[in-house]
Amino acid sequence: MFLLGLAGLLTRRNLIFTLMCVEVMLNASGLAFVAAGSRWGQVDGQVMFLFIVAMAAAEVSVGLAMVLQFHREHPTLDSDAGDEMRG
Amino acid sequence: MAAVFYISSAVAVVATLLTITCRNAIHALLYLIVSLLAVAIDFFVMGAPFVAALELIIYAGAIMVLFIFVVMMLNMGEHAGETALDVFKPRAWAGPSLLALVLLAEIAALVSRQSAPLSGVEISSKQVGVALFGPYVIGVELASLLLTAGLLGAYHLGRKAVTREDEVHGIDTRQSRAVTGDPVVSAGAGRSSHAA
Repeated sequence: MFLLGLAGLLTRRNLIFTLMCVEVMLNASGLAFVAAGSRWGQVDGQVMFLFIVAMAAAEVSVGLAMVLQFHREHPTLDSDAGDEMRG
Repeated sequence: MAAVFYISSAVAVVATLLTITCRNAIHALLYLIVSLLAVAIDFFVMGAPFVAALELIIYAGAIMVLFIFVVMMLNMGEHAGETALDVFKPRAWAGPSLLALVLLAEIAALVSRQSAPLSGVEISSKQVGVALFGPYVIGVELASLLLTAGLLGAYHLGRKAVTREDEVHGIDTRQSRAVTGDPVVSAGAGRSSHAA
């Protein structure tokens, strides 16, 4: 599943799909944590999953706000349109 | 239990594959929700009911609602009218509802037969809470700090975008009034800026 999310992140150019693929990758890593924790009967895997969920929530809120702002500047969601950014 | 685990894992992988290959954003979101539900059933089978409930509430509840709001706000270009009609066609919701029916059958099988979790050990929410506020209390504080930073960042980005949009509209009306010396157009522009 992590590989699926990574492949989607590399192939899609839509910003909404990019954020969804990041969600898939975070979810896959959380699944791996919980699976390892239940395999050895430890609580630490679930604690790590809680931290991953909190981080995903913060990341998605900021990311979607940035997508909205990007959509106001450019009428498209193509992330190649944002290449005029200069430091 | 092992059969339920493998079936829901297969459902999760298929739904994720359809998520990243779907062209329509709303269809992809439907498949992503099905994938999250399948992962939640995986968690439940692996003996982590607290994490399964959190996955349902936070991921499939809150984060997916955020995604759907943003997709609806952006309206996804000029095909908005077509997609609004496409939602009611069975081609749009047949795939996700089929996968969701598989998950529902799994839940029915789980409820009808009370059986032990896959690894033999079920970690209750009390154990998770004790570990969370015992050795991991620094992590809890850091997570709360991160959530506060995310809240402030999202508010800042949204508010700045709104004020900039107002400035752009004001500049547009002023420019149109300056460029066209026609008194009718300038009167209209002045009225619109006065109304704004």
